[in-house]
Amino acid sequence: MSTIEIKSPLPGTFYRRSAPDKPEFKNEGDDVASSDTIGLIEVMKTFIEVPAGVAGKGIVFRIGDAEAVMAGQVIAEVEE
Amino acid sequence: MTIHSLLIANRGEIAVRINRAAKALGMRCIQVYSDADADSLAVRLADEAVNIGLPPAAKSYLDIGAIIEAARRTGADAVHPGYGFLAENANFADAVEGAGLVFVGPDGDTIRLLGDKVAAREVARRVGVPTVPGSAGRISSIEEAQGVIVDSGFPVMIKAAAGGGGRGIRIAHTEEEFERFFSQAAAEAQAAFGDGGLYVEAVIGKARHVEVQLLGDGKHFVHCFERECSLQRRRQKVWEEAGAVMLSAAVRNRLCESAVAIAREVSYRGAGTVEYLYDEATEAFYFIEVNTRIQVEHPATEMITGVDLVIEMLRIASGEPLGLRQADLKVNGHAIECRINAEDPAHNFMPFPGTVGALSVPEGEGIRFDTLLYESYQVPPFYDSLLGKLIVWGEDRSAALARLRTALAGLKIGGLPTTVPLHAALAENADVKAGRFNTLFLEEWLQGEEAVRQLKKEEVA
Repeated sequence: MSTIEIKSPLPGTFYRRSAPDKPEFKNEGDDVASSDTIGLIEVMKTFIEVPAGVAGKGIVFRIGDAEAVMAGQVIAEVEE
Repeated sequence: MTIHSLLIANRGEIAVRINRAAKALGMRCIQVYSDADADSLAVRLADEAVNIGLPPAAKSYLDIGAIIEAARRTGADAVHPGYGFLAENANFADAVEGAGLVFVGPDGDTIRLLGDKVAAREVARRVGVPTVPGSAGRISSIEEAQGVIVDSGFPVMIKAAAGGGGRGIRIAHTEEEFERFFSQAAAEAQAAFGDGGLYVEAVIGKARHVEVQLLGDGKHFVHCFERECSLQRRRQKVWEEAGAVMLSAAVRNRLCESAVAIAREVSYRGAGTVEYLYDEATEAFYFIEVNTRIQVEHPATEMITGVDLVIEMLRIASGEPLGLRQADLKVNGHAIECRINAEDPAHNFMPFPGTVGALSVPEGEGIRFDTLLYESYQVPPFYDSLLGKLIVWGEDRSAALARLRTALAGLKIGGLPTTVPLHAALAENADVKAGRFNTLFLEEWLQGEEAVRQLKKEEVA
């Protein structure tokens, strides 16, 4: 079993939910499919969905909600 | 009161622009900045810079307390709010005045009055300026909107009273949509603006967007003629011109006079813009809103009038009487402004922050580039995508277009995609050259073959 990193495609602000009153896209420990949205990145006032890009188990977020993120920075990790 | 030190409560190209005007008047410039803007051109050009917080605007450029504190600590006499952020926040204007400082703009009560879109329509009606047919005031139920729907038919726009600048608008095409959107719009307006008030307006199809530039000192008021800003994408202006060449002299005169009448009615002080929709078929214009600040596209007006609008704002704020008289103001030629954004037009305008590579800026007579860029600057992802504005002047519209094509070819911004190819394609477009467009034109054109061909071509090149 190995750990796969999910990296941010863009710099910006990372959000784990689509709106403040909505549930998180993924809870800590959830399994994810490749096409699942794990969060949003706000870049220059535009919101862009971040797909997991890989299938995996037990997602662990490395970036908190509404935190700044750099392009290529690890957002989350899953177990293969 | 003479302004010796000016605090610039904004960022980006407008902070650079304000700096230049203030320096021309011999003022000391104090620039506030967030952690993300420590390396910005505005900070580099300032005499003194103060960090006011974290990158998200809510924790820096929208933090009234932090900005007032920075002004106090640095001994600023006045605060220029620029556009966006706190520029049309009446409480900010009050807080600045309350701290014994000069707010460069109208007083809080004027901002409050004109910022309430329903109250602003009442002001326009009072001085006989036509408004877009719509509800008489705020409406709180679907029943109250029935009169408007019966008169104008669908579609109708549901707008937030506290909105503006294209925000807080929904278009309903059917009664069913209206019922659904109305409650959503009220909840959204409450969340976004802290005011759930709504009003309803008819949709003027095939309209052009025209606006009149105003200056006033509270007693005297002049207009600096009109601009046309019909080329928009997602209700954001992309390309602006001064003046609006399709207007007859008589209509232009009535339009500009109507804006002055509004300024006079509210004893306006500062620079402002009255926005209208213009129906080319009937030559009718309809008031939309007043923006109580300097606008992004102000340089187009400066190019045809020779007036430095930001210097005028600072003089008015210093308490000087308005030095311009209407009879002295004349239109000379035509100007076009292109907004250069860090967006990729070949990929649905995806925003693209990044590091600026080689930068080559066209120069020469009738060419101006207002920008925040310098080579190796890292464009931050936290704010809007405006990198600069290319403004060209010509003796008439076709001369301005010719100069624009040359200037765009000479504008090279390395390292990140920009909207330069979009403007280059528009400057070659037959309808744009003929001035045949309305507010729907750009989005329709972007769906078509020519746009796909032109914008993807750039990608290969």
